Amino acid sequence: MKGRVLVVDDDTALAEMLGIVLRGEGFEPSFVADGDKALAAFREAKPDLVLLDLMLPGRDGIEVCRLIRAESGVPIVMLTAKSDTVDVVVGLESGADDYIVKPFKPKELVARIRARLRRSEEPAPEQLAIGDLVIDVAGHSVKREGQAIALTPLEFDLLVALARKPWQVFTREVLLEQVWGYRHAADTRLVNVHVQRLRSKVEKDPERPEIVVTVRGVGYKAGPS
Amino acid sequence: MPRDDGAAPAPGTPGSHPGRRVGPRAAGAQVARLLRLARLVEGGLLLQGGVQGSPVLRLFTRWVRRPLLPAARLWRRNIQLRVVATTLLMSLGVVLLLGFVVIGQVRNGLLDAKVKASQSQADGGFRAAKDKADAASTDTGQGAATTPDGRPEQNASAWMNDLVGQLSSGGQSAFDVATLTPGGDGDASSVRAPRASGGVDPIQSVPDDLRGRIARTAGASQSYTRIIYSDGQDSQPGLVIGKQLNGLNGNSYELYYFFPLSQEEKSLSLVKGTLATAGLFVVVLLGAIAWLVVRQVVTPVRMAAGIAERLSAGRLQERMKVTGEDDIARLGEAFNKMAQNLQLKIQQLEDLSRMQRRFVSDVSHELRTPLTTVRMAADVIHEAREDFDPVTARSAELLADQLDRFESLLADLLEISRFDAGAAALEAEPIDLREVVRRVVGGAEPLAERKGSRIRVVGDHQPVVAEADARRVERVLRNLVVNAVEHGDGRDVVVRLAAAGGAVAVAVRDYGVGLKPGEATRVFSRFWRADPARARTTGGTGLGLSIALEDARLHGGWLQAWGEPGGGSQFRLTLPRTADEPLRGSPIPLEPDDSRRNRHLREARLPRARAALPPGTGAASRTGAGTGTGTTQPSGSGRGGHSTASGPSGTAPPSGTAHGAARGSAHGAAPGSGAAAADPTALPGNGSRVVPRGTSDAGTGTTGTTGSADGDARVPGPQGHSAESAQHAHKAYDTGAQHDAHTPGERQTAHGPGGVPAADTVGNRLTEGRAARG
Repeated sequence: MKGRVLVVDDDTALAEMLGIVLRGEGFEPSFVADGDKALAAFREAKPDLVLLDLMLPGRDGIEVCRLIRAESGVPIVMLTAKSDTVDVVVGLESGADDYIVKPFKPKELVARIRARLRRSEEPAPEQLAIGDLVIDVAGHSVKREGQAIALTPLEFDLLVALARKPWQVFTREVLLEQVWGYRHAADTRLVNVHVQRLRSKVEKDPERPEIVVTVRGVGYKAGPS
Repeated sequence: MPRDDGAAPAPGTPGSHPGRRVGPRAAGAQVARLLRLARLVEGGLLLQGGVQGSPVLRLFTRWVRRPLLPAARLWRRNIQLRVVATTLLMSLGVVLLLGFVVIGQVRNGLLDAKVKASQSQADGGFRAAKDKADAASTDTGQGAATTPDGRPEQNASAWMNDLVGQLSSGGQSAFDVATLTPGGDGDASSVRAPRASGGVDPIQSVPDDLRGRIARTAGASQSYTRIIYSDGQDSQPGLVIGKQLNGLNGNSYELYYFFPLSQEEKSLSLVKGTLATAGLFVVVLLGAIAWLVVRQVVTPVRMAAGIAERLSAGRLQERMKVTGEDDIARLGEAFNKMAQNLQLKIQQLEDLSRMQRRFVSDVSHELRTPLTTVRMAADVIHEAREDFDPVTARSAELLADQLDRFESLLADLLEISRFDAGAAALEAEPIDLREVVRRVVGGAEPLAERKGSRIRVVGDHQPVVAEADARRVERVLRNLVVNAVEHGDGRDVVVRLAAAGGAVAVAVRDYGVGLKPGEATRVFSRFWRADPARARTTGGTGLGLSIALEDARLHGGWLQAWGEPGGGSQFRLTLPRTADEPLRGSPIPLEPDDSRRNRHLREARLPRARAALPPGTGAASRTGAGTGTGTTQPSGSGRGGHSTASGPSGTAPPSGTAHGAARGSAHGAAPGSGAAAADPTALPGNGSRVVPRGTSDAGTGTTGTTGSADGDARVPGPQGHSAESAQHAHKAYDTGAQHDAHTPGERQTAHGPGGVPAADTVGNRLTEGRAARG
């Protein structure tokens, strides 16, 4: 499946290089170099995925990420030159699904993009229950007592992964592989941040989670339904 | 008050309060008061707790001491209380002294006049009585003769009555008169009966010793007494003057004059009352004045103390209020200036650190963005290299390879600078090290296959859980395992896990070229390579172990190396089980069991050797030498045996002092190598406390210093070693030895009992390290 990718990056050389690589892989890239124009470009291009540099003139990447996330669940992959915890976590918390630290190899980037786009493949109709939530996998909806809860695709995937095997405790590494598509264990902060975000949406009391339960020292599992 | 000892209850605990103590006990307030008195009398003796006698006595002491403790504590801590109390006591003393002197003088003044007047009055009376008796005896001389029927007796009695009446008549109750006859009986009509005017009871009023004196001397005598009345009047103080006189018929009798002194007494008590009131006022006022004066001084001091405490707690903007220009104001100004300077310095340091971090972050970004483009371009070219001519294709390959190296170098540099800037943060959570080891080993398998070696994992049958940062631990272990495989000469690599006490450890053992003496320290230096020519081919940035060491340090753990030339090496990572717990030892000995040395020892029938040496020394010598064989990075000092065997011994200072000299120079030259004497394995508790592994690296009961010193002394030719360690010191300095300043070894020394000097050197080294960094 080939997708439209919006590249938000102020470095023209890098943007051009990204364009070369993406086109080589069969994606349709579009570009915007300014944070202020990013949102307009996003609305116009309707991309399937956004590659977003964190350091931008005008609005910075965090802000852009938040704006896009406010109106769309489209996958966002951050490009960051900083691998410091704070920067990464702030980026993830602002709504990014994944991040990739510069300098990266083209293959790595493409793998991440594909992993994010892969989920658009048609899933089999399936009903899952986790806690007091009902998940319609095909319909991509999560409901509590008939009330729909809006989740991004990634959060939805995370929830589905947990709900499919409620008996299993998932380590962060396993989740990284299943949900993010990482072969080798990468940064478990990804999991931590997204579990927090998922909890803030689906838990009645995020302080005392009942749906996504932490198993201390191991990972996470689905709460009893 | 003397300091209380451990028996003391905390201040404010119930039971320690005096009131509380009296209440429940049947003894009641009386006993309490008595006890308090007893305490005051016995003073410090009891309170010093010096009573070692019977438990009963001790109990009693404790019981007595207890209620006083809060007061004693207050006394110790409150200078104002002390000054006020001292002032009160001293002024009380002065006032009392003054009062006594004044009252004495007033009394003397009052009495002197009265006594003089009384004496002249009495003298007159005595004379009159004598005259009267003389006159009567001439009259009645015949009379008595003419009346031999007992009349004279009658007459004498009447005469006496008359005399008393006559003498007292002039007194107008200002005085009373009485006569007593020695051996006189109670018969009122008898001549010998006591007679008195004004209802005075002469027998009781006249003191016995006065009567005795009068009987012995001819003159008049006087005495103070209480005049007691037989007619029901209240007794009153008075002066009694008496004299023995001859009455009618030559009968001697005693004539007494009583002068009441109640008036004088009243005056005196008035004076006393006045003085007491005045004294009390003076004392109280002095106390109040002292309190106020001390307050003026103490208040600013207390304020300064409070603000100093807050300053040291990190609230740097705290300042003292300064008013006026006196000494207190100067104190305040000086204090504020100090605080200002402190704040400034700390801010500068913080700014510096922030700038450094900022710079690293900026450099990182600025470098990485173009590098990303280059990297992608290189990859695209690399992908298409088949279409190029051989030269260009090879160039594309080189470009891609070296970009990899450049990237990892950049990443490592940034990581190191992050450590240097203190920006590295630990994200510790409980992790099972077996998982990490499994991942690392899995990742290293392809490399091991290429090298033809196998990686064996030992000790993974039970969980090895510690609070650690999985990312960092994995990085450390990956580094160690990859290093072991690369330097393992195709032989097996053994990864050993263990947990014991408060520590977990992973040791990575290889059987490759090993480490030459001194290299165990140097491997952690930045950009150090065991064999430059060789290492270039195996890649790596030369920063891996430095970063690993920093990672271990961030956990509060140790990363140490041991190695022998040709015998392989072992790297051991020891982490505390919980993040904030200091490490006391490692579950795995640094020198593996199958080291050449240990095999030798076993062959030489270890038990006998052990029996020959006292356990302490045995272990010490062992560890010393163990250190020696090339172990632990900080050491260098104790490589004894092996240095002779492998012979890099050089020009050496005389053996006895070699060790010390080496250490000294090491310290002087470089922060890192000072670690010289601080061999972690030689520390008490290293093996023995954590894991009872026999002597393998058993607690030597000494510090690392002595341990390795022992080693030196025992093994011939350690000097080469020491010399080398000094040499190394320079080298370490060159290569930026600051990380050595934090080598686990010294950490351990710092914790080791009796490791004071070592701890000291740690301090030195830390500062030096920082200086080097700065």
